[in-house]
Amino acid sequence: MGVENLFHGFQIAVTPFNLFIATLGILLGTIIGVLPGLGGANGVAILLPLTFTMPPTSAIILLTSIYWGALFGGAITSVLFNIPGEPWSVATTFDGYPLARQGEGGPALTAAFTSSFVGAFFSIVLITFFAPVLAEIALKFGPPEFFAIQLLTFSSFVGLGGGNPLKSLISILLGFLMASVGLDIVTGQLRLTFGITDLMKGFDFIVAVIGLFGIGEILLSLEEGLRFHGVRARINLKVVLDTWRILPNYTRTFIRGSLIGFWMGFKPGGATPASFMSYAFAKRFSKHPERFGKGELEGVVAPEVAAHAAGVAAMLPMITLGIPGSPTAAVMLGGLIIWGLQPGPMLFKENPDFVWGLIASMYTSNIIGVLVVLAFVPFFAAILRVPFAILTPVIVVVCAIGAYAVSSRPIDIWYMLLFGVIGYVFKKLDYPIAPLVLALVLGDLSENALRQSLIMSQGSLAVFVTRPIAGVITAAAIFFLLMPVLTPWWRRLRGHPSAPAAGPRH
Amino acid sequence: MRTADLVTASVLLVVGGVIIFDAVRLGIGWGIEGPMSGFFPFWLAVILVACCAGVLAQTLRGDATRPFVTRQRLRPVLAMLGPAVGFVLLTTGVTVFEIPLFPALGLYVAAAVYLAFSMRWLGDHAWPAVAALALGLPVVTFLIFERWFLVPMPKGPLEGWLGF
Repeated sequence: MGVENLFHGFQIAVTPFNLFIATLGILLGTIIGVLPGLGGANGVAILLPLTFTMPPTSAIILLTSIYWGALFGGAITSVLFNIPGEPWSVATTFDGYPLARQGEGGPALTAAFTSSFVGAFFSIVLITFFAPVLAEIALKFGPPEFFAIQLLTFSSFVGLGGGNPLKSLISILLGFLMASVGLDIVTGQLRLTFGITDLMKGFDFIVAVIGLFGIGEILLSLEEGLRFHGVRARINLKVVLDTWRILPNYTRTFIRGSLIGFWMGFKPGGATPASFMSYAFAKRFSKHPERFGKGELEGVVAPEVAAHAAGVAAMLPMITLGIPGSPTAAVMLGGLIIWGLQPGPMLFKENPDFVWGLIASMYTSNIIGVLVVLAFVPFFAAILRVPFAILTPVIVVVCAIGAYAVSSRPIDIWYMLLFGVIGYVFKKLDYPIAPLVLALVLGDLSENALRQSLIMSQGSLAVFVTRPIAGVITAAAIFFLLMPVLTPWWRRLRGHPSAPAAGPRH
Repeated sequence: MRTADLVTASVLLVVGGVIIFDAVRLGIGWGIEGPMSGFFPFWLAVILVACCAGVLAQTLRGDATRPFVTRQRLRPVLAMLGPAVGFVLLTTGVTVFEIPLFPALGLYVAAAVYLAFSMRWLGDHAWPAVAALALGLPVVTFLIFERWFLVPMPKGPLEGWLGF
């Protein structure tokens, strides 16, 4: 059954127009991934308004291709410039940049792209088989189950995010509160507008994403006095083929990284820990761990496989449960709602063309992606050599265009700047931004799930505990939420000295 | 760092308080259609206030070490933020109490001015390059968005004069 659906999906994904869209998306996405301040999330956000008039399947192919492209682009900056474009590219710099400095940039990039592709492919195959099953289970879910899953999503940010749990919680709450500004569709009342007409339409998540990630990121990189010391890399067919001949030696790392990536990836915020974990495992099981950090090809393979497997796996909860696994997936979920699709398990029943077209396009886009980046590395690397005095205004203008295009309101451009400053301050003070964005996108869905659950139970919170599936999920959510409190106790019980609290980065 | 932390947490605490106030006005109890409009924001804001209080307490107990940002490092940030604010001002214009203090020039003209300013005064690029990019990029953007994607951007008198 799954194979038939996939075949049907390929008939949609492999039309000339959709292949063109995918290639365009990969090219744009890679540029976005290379540029400082533009990552997957806000790249997708900026281009989302341009897709409003497209057929939804082509639109999602464009946006997901941008996402894949941005993932590939992150590897270029990590290896050649020692700048991780995204947090999950940090581990790639450990060995990628030393390799590039030793003149091995070509093989390092080839290894990075190939590993990305393998990790992505692994996750796509798993999604092809798991997504329908998960959607089938999720069809039985009612509002209490969905609310419990959302609770689990956010509590895993608090428990597993690694930062200050109070600050993570504040970010989440702020996101939800911003989502509730404006018209309450259930009662028709205006909320939290305080009589200001500009607040009536609420805060648009696209504008928030563009400001928080785009402008905020530029401010931060300017403050850190980022200078690009790029290393040139030669990459040609011979280098690619020679590298491909070595790569099978790392089969174990490929498999391990893919599994880690997939497992961590469908939980929110999983790509970054997955890449570090995969790197650590590769180092531990290596025959020469002392070479790691000095320019070992396996040290590039491990994090890239895991990060891409995780990045793709983040799409699984989005299409089956309507819960995004990453900020980029959150923006796409917002896109689904705008295109008039109901995210969640019903997609498989009501819009099979869309879902299977999307899944099939993951295969085609990633194949196109790896070929495009291998062919155009010098072009992409040249973008980072553009002086900052040109790059910064161009990025700001592009962000402004994206923010304005959402609903043609000039005030949105101001909001974007404001969100940029908030993003800068929050990043400096270690308030995580990803959960804020997720909460902003999911706000209405969560509130409706909560309201409907409470109406079902006539106001009793017990509904989240007494229904078996919801109960298990709620219990897990509460466990994650309490983890920051429980962990020190557990350490003391076992006689370990309590670990020092994670300090701020700066 | 410590002051910035305290200020941020205090601001958010006040925001939480204001939200609680508005939520109570909307009703936080049980209405005809189930929970009333203020129910969800109310409880979120209550937890927000509690968390902010927690952060305040944490910060007060911790010691003040690193500054939030040094003056030297703040300069490039302001050098970017200033022109960016100027760009948005030129794009949207300023209207205070229905009185236009400054006309809106539209996004394309503002982008040209912004790019030229940044390239010339922050980047020390040669005038020919400045002119080429500052005129060329907005024109290309115009063609892409207004012509190809049919997404209208804010326009000012110049575009009107040219007949768009």
